[in-house]
Amino acid sequence: MDALPPSADRGGPAQPLLRLDGLVKHFPLKGGLLGRTQAVVRAVDGVGFDVRKGETLGIVGESGCGKSTTARLLMRLLDPDSGTMVFDGEAVGGNAQSGGLPLRAYRRQVQMVFQDSYASLNPRLPIEDSVAFAPKVHGLGNAEAVRRARDMLAAVGLAPANFARRYPHELSGGQRQRVNIARALALRPRLVILDEPVSALDKSVEAQVLNLLVDLKEEFGLTYVFISHDLNVVQYISDRVLVMYLGEVTEIGPVERIYERPAHPYTAALLASRPSMDPSNRRTAPPLTGDPPNPVNPPSGCRFRTRCPHAEAVCAERKPIMADLGVGHAAACHIANPGSGHSLAEKVAA
Amino acid sequence: MSLVKLRDLRVTFRTRDRTVHAVNGVDLDLAAGETLCILGESGSGKSVTLRALMRLLPRFAEVQGTVEVAGQDVTRMSESALTDLRGRDVAMIFQEPMTAMDPVFTIGQQIAETVRRHERVSRADAEARALELLELVQIPSAKRRLAAYPHELSGGLRQRAMIAVALACRPKLLLADEPTTALDATVQIQVLLLLRELQQRFNMGVIFVTHDLGVAGEIADRVAVMYAGRVVEEGPVSGLMSGPLHPYAQGLLGATVHPGMRGKRLTTIPGAPPALDKEPTACAFAPRCDRAHEPCLADVPSLREPVAGRRARCVLVPDQTAWCVSEALSPAP
Ligand SMILES: Nc1ncnc2c1ncn2[C@@H]1O[C@H](COP(=O)(O)OP(=O)(O)OP(=O)(O)O)[C@@H](O)[C@H]1O
Ligand SMILES: Nc1ncnc2c1ncn2[C@@H]1O[C@H](COP(=O)(O)OP(=O)(O)OP(=O)(O)O)[C@@H](O)[C@H]1O
Ligand SMILES: [Mg+2]
Ligand SMILES: [Mg+2]
Repeated sequence: MDALPPSADRGGPAQPLLRLDGLVKHFPLKGGLLGRTQAVVRAVDGVGFDVRKGETLGIVGESGCGKSTTARLLMRLLDPDSGTMVFDGEAVGGNAQSGGLPLRAYRRQVQMVFQDSYASLNPRLPIEDSVAFAPKVHGLGNAEAVRRARDMLAAVGLAPANFARRYPHELSGGQRQRVNIARALALRPRLVILDEPVSALDKSVEAQVLNLLVDLKEEFGLTYVFISHDLNVVQYISDRVLVMYLGEVTEIGPVERIYERPAHPYTAALLASRPSMDPSNRRTAPPLTGDPPNPVNPPSGCRFRTRCPHAEAVCAERKPIMADLGVGHAAACHIANPGSGHSLAEKVAA
Repeated sequence: MSLVKLRDLRVTFRTRDRTVHAVNGVDLDLAAGETLCILGESGSGKSVTLRALMRLLPRFAEVQGTVEVAGQDVTRMSESALTDLRGRDVAMIFQEPMTAMDPVFTIGQQIAETVRRHERVSRADAEARALELLELVQIPSAKRRLAAYPHELSGGLRQRAMIAVALACRPKLLLADEPTTALDATVQIQVLLLLRELQQRFNMGVIFVTHDLGVAGEIADRVAVMYAGRVVEEGPVSGLMSGPLHPYAQGLLGATVHPGMRGKRLTTIPGAPPALDKEPTACAFAPRCDRAHEPCLADVPSLREPVAGRRARCVLVPDQTAWCVSEALSPAP
């Protein structure tokens, strides 16, 4: 009998595994003589989306747009200032009185893998003990936790006989990242959040880890949230893609649709910034100029308007709502919204 | 005359604890106005090769071989000649601009200072040049940015400011060590296009280290692929990207995720690069190569020219024309 079995599905396949609504996280910026809060960084500013059961949801966007903060909110390493999270039908963070899912039970079902494979492992523990740690904390006996750890190391392709007693410094970067994946899977989570899991790896190793992630997803019936700045990798691994800009969701949809027919000008520019991979057909002009604005003081209305080639008066006046474009595709742009008052919107509608 | 000439460059780091044979016989040439990309895995010796060109390696590094820049032998230069060379004829930019810039001086002061170190110009002229350079690298509101400190700029602007410092004295040779790796896709393409434009405008030679094939595709004329301290393949970028000769270069290309690979299993290179505590005496890639056989282990393969203008260090590559080579080398079905 398994002492720490994977949690059972509750609401059936149609119910989102995780549903986020209006998540906000602002970081105070302290300054001045008394260390008073001078301003806030609007790192995540009203983010809502669903994570569907069994999918891989890719998240892309420029540095500082709030991807990692969103990930840490999903993991509840950070508490949101406001907003709700519902996991398989249960409100996250409930208690006996209010009902819902207590944080401890939630954390067992959601695990995370970080970019920096070295910093996230204890250098003084053999890797087997690092992997066995969480199962022990969650009540598994010592021998059983070690057995679980060895199974997980085997599952990520690190033969326990050869690797279990090694220390992190005795491993390559790719091997360390496998240990981190084994550790994340040791609690049999349902949702795994991967924040730039292959960004620090060489291409040849990156391919190994991506293949492994695809296999493990199948084997353990996992759901992934996959954050990366590599747009080709996101296209390869994701079923749906979420695009963020300055703390907000700008576009979400099926991967083929987003990559073939992006509806938001920011998504289009981001995708057009990929190197061409064809030396005889090089990029001639950068799709976007300038850097992203400061998240302390974001532009009014549409936050992308300061860099958008199609910006008009309406873009400064009103924040665009998410326009439903069918097939699960939605974009927060006045152009995609007939009747928004943007001159291009009418043409799209016609 | 070539701008850079490396012959049998060898760099060994020997300390009490360990020895690393970081570079094991690298030959490279760069013509004026040409852009060469050095590709390769982490630890393959890319940065060490680049630093050897400016003699920026630590004192205990053992360096052998010929290192010539603009006809001068860098290995025999006096310290003062080296100071003249750095910044004036050769400039370098890095992945992390903060390490290359002085946090206590403004961007304007740093550029003006670099100009005055190498040229006899008045302070006012040097400052005027600083403004010109910030405009050249397309920093918005350049005049105001002259008074900014490095930490006050975003990553992309800082990288541009470092390029401005590097170009202050119109160097003949620009060495770039992964200058766009830490940048967003949208900013990376801006900086790459800027570098390409400046390179053409000033007819600079550029050596650009990257592990990103796409970056090489955007800016390189030629590419050198390094493995375990040696160049294993070298030639025009189009040839490498459409049909690499060396099995490692083929593996690298196959493992790089391209658009349109969804649902397909990625090709991987099994194993890991060798520890370089000893100098490899055979093909260093053989342990990971599925086509390795006896001759691969007999000796270090020589760098041959199996296709005109392209060189590869592999006994398996037959001397043939380009279109035959890719067929001869494609794995048996
Ligand atoms: N603990 C914190 N205190 C203050 N500001 C923070 C904190 N964590 C993040 N921020 C700020 O919040 C914003 C969003 O950061 P976040 O790390 O989520 O971005 P990201 O999209 O993951 O970027 P990257 O691609 O660079 O990893 C940034 O402006 C960042 O500086
Ligand atoms: N100062 C040093 N002392 C000792 N060893 C060094 C030193 N600098 C580099 N090395 C070693 O030399 C080898 C080549 O390093 P190098 O920095 O050239 O790699 P690289 O190809 O630039 O890799 P990366 O892609 O990770 O930057 C590595 O094994 C490295 O550990
Ligand atoms: Mg992040
Ligand atoms: Mg390097």
